[in-house]
Amino acid sequence: MTEKPYHDIPGTVLFDAEQSRQGFHLNQFCMSLMKADNRAAFKADERAYLDKWPMTEGQKQAVLDRDWNGMIAQGGNIYFTSKIAATDGLSFQQIAAIMSGVTQPEYAEMMLKGGRSIEGNRSKKDPK
Amino acid sequence: MARITAGVATSHVPAIGAALDNGKAAEPYWQPVFAGYDASKKWIAEEKPDVVILVYNDHASAFSLSLIPTFAIGCAEEFKPADEGWGPRPVPTVKGHPELAWHLAESLILDEFDMTIVNEMDVDHGLTVPLSLMFGQPAEWPVKVIPLAVNVVQYPPPTGNRCYNLGKAIRKAVESFPEDLNVQVWGTGGMSHQLQGPPRRADQPRVRQRLPRPADRGSRRPGEGPPTSTTSARPAARASSSSCG
Repeated sequence: MTEKPYHDIPGTVLFDAEQSRQGFHLNQFCMSLMKADNRAAFKADERAYLDKWPMTEGQKQAVLDRDWNGMIAQGGNIYFTSKIAATDGLSFQQIAAIMSGVTQPEYAEMMLKGGRSIEGNRSKKDPK
Repeated sequence: MARITAGVATSHVPAIGAALDNGKAAEPYWQPVFAGYDASKKWIAEEKPDVVILVYNDHASAFSLSLIPTFAIGCAEEFKPADEGWGPRPVPTVKGHPELAWHLAESLILDEFDMTIVNEMDVDHGLTVPLSLMFGQPAEWPVKVIPLAVNVVQYPPPTGNRCYNLGKAIRKAVESFPEDLNVQVWGTGGMSHQLQGPPRRADQPRVRQRLPRPADRGSRRPGEGPPTSTTSARPAARASSSSCG
């Protein structure tokens, strides 16, 4: 993997060519959830539905576990994976909280206080 | 000739659309947001634009990874609200202005902006939430809309300089359209979009939270839980839930 300047941003996975290629089938699976029939089929048997897609086993497991950051790490894009959340009936803030490692009330509190602090989030090289 | 009379810039946080759609706009949590738009709603009712060129971003609704246009212009007669995972928003179908849209496409392409011409597409919260904020919940939208989608899904998006120059080319195109039209240009999106990652410091212990699996959860409609996201500007989610913006 070529090191890119944006790899230095803490907590951010930039959806570049590398991520896009890796996550293509995962994200296309997510797109399929825009149809009610597909959502029903997925909910009825998640594993069987996922097996119709040429995703890696790791990607399928991340979906089954609702491991949102794991999906991102394996090429998922939030605009796509949020369709799984919608299918589950989760609010976006709920999955954003999970992805941030805090509870939803804590995440809401952070937003009401002006959002995520830039301190410590500029660069992985910042002093801890 | 057609003329650009005003611009509007607004967030399109999907939770705002969900709050409206689910009848929560009057709740204390949401009231400040909607009250903040009262002056804008009054203003636009007086302005009565004929057409809005709505510069927004699609959230993997009209375009998947199958096709990723950097700039796409909607030239269709109408655009239906997209099903983003909850079913489409209960808002009117968006009516286009094909004559001006095609004129824009031609003018922009001849000005060396390689627009993708779209004759069939659904529009997601990125386009419909701004309409809701400015017009409320009418039976029909009181304006024709030309969707102009800018890629922000796949890196790299177009540069700021490119977008600025596209704006200048849009003005030139509008002003060369013979019909007398009152045109507004709207822009929508967020200035910051960090949705994931540690909220404070990278060294915080990771709390892995498990939510009940879908099977345990029943079928709650989005927006029925406590109000949630106002969040970061965009990719917040649609409905008090959902995806971003």
